[in-house]
Amino acid sequence: MEQDSLSLYGVALASRLIIGTAQYPSPAILAKAITAAKAEVVTVSLRRESGASRAGENFWSLIREFGVRVLPNTAGCRTVKEAVTTAQMAREVFDTPWIKLEVIGEEDTLQPDVFGLVEAASILARDGFHVFPYTTEDLVVAEKLLGAGCEVLMPWGAPIGSGRGLNNPYGLRALRAHFPNVPLIVDAGIGTPSHAATAMELGYDAVLLNTAIAKAGDPAAMARAFALAVEAGRLGRLADPIEPRDMASPSTPVIGRAFTDLARA
Amino acid sequence: MRIKINGEARDVTATTLAALLRELDYEDLTVATALNQAFVRKTDRNRAHLRDGDAVEILTPRQGG
Repeated sequence: MEQDSLSLYGVALASRLIIGTAQYPSPAILAKAITAAKAEVVTVSLRRESGASRAGENFWSLIREFGVRVLPNTAGCRTVKEAVTTAQMAREVFDTPWIKLEVIGEEDTLQPDVFGLVEAASILARDGFHVFPYTTEDLVVAEKLLGAGCEVLMPWGAPIGSGRGLNNPYGLRALRAHFPNVPLIVDAGIGTPSHAATAMELGYDAVLLNTAIAKAGDPAAMARAFALAVEAGRLGRLADPIEPRDMASPSTPVIGRAFTDLARA
Repeated sequence: MRIKINGEARDVTATTLAALLRELDYEDLTVATALNQAFVRKTDRNRAHLRDGDAVEILTPRQGG
């Protein structure tokens, strides 16, 4: 099969599984999970320096050893100003124009504040950032994000960390159909490999997840399971699946079946 | 001078952001800085003067989702 690569802001990637780096039991297990997932992109964040632990320094050297591309986030930001400042800080530290833009609008669901998101995306895109907006499946918001300069959209599957999978497959399908040429990544809410496979079968270009791997009993095994599921879902999509139907349709030929001339008891 | 560093009030002698990082012994760490919620580039820290009551953020790479 010919090379099926994904292009995000002009960067070609073979892997369609992007994973988060948080919540792992240990740095060693995180390292195993990155390898097992065959991830080429991982998400990272910025947090307040605490001084003594040098935790940030140790984490950053581990990620650099892997040579993976990083996608810094603005996780937890609740205003446009917080998100824009965090993005600017991330660009300097991680030396990348890529930013996973989160502007959180609601505490219980961690739902994006789509109004703030569009505003922040516009500011950042004008400033040369390559924005990956964490958004909903809303078509109008999607259109405005693209108008603001985003070349990739990342609709949620379900609330962050919930593991509920794809809450609105209809909405995700509509988004895919509406923007056939925009790279679309399901970000957040994925719980099991079958959720990831379903997202890929819907035609999504990639899947981004963290908790489902990090909090699994065996994160490295789960990372591999997700890698296989994403690949299977992608192959299934490209192979043009059959349409579902309401009634049975025999797969074994009917002609030539034995006993057809005998009366049934 | 009393300023807030990462949310905690602290007395410092430094009068610029660059001097503050030296005072905190953060000089060799990978950090990004903001002063009163505005990003300050590494190259601008010498010119970023601190005033009483300022809020400084010093951020470092961390795990993220």
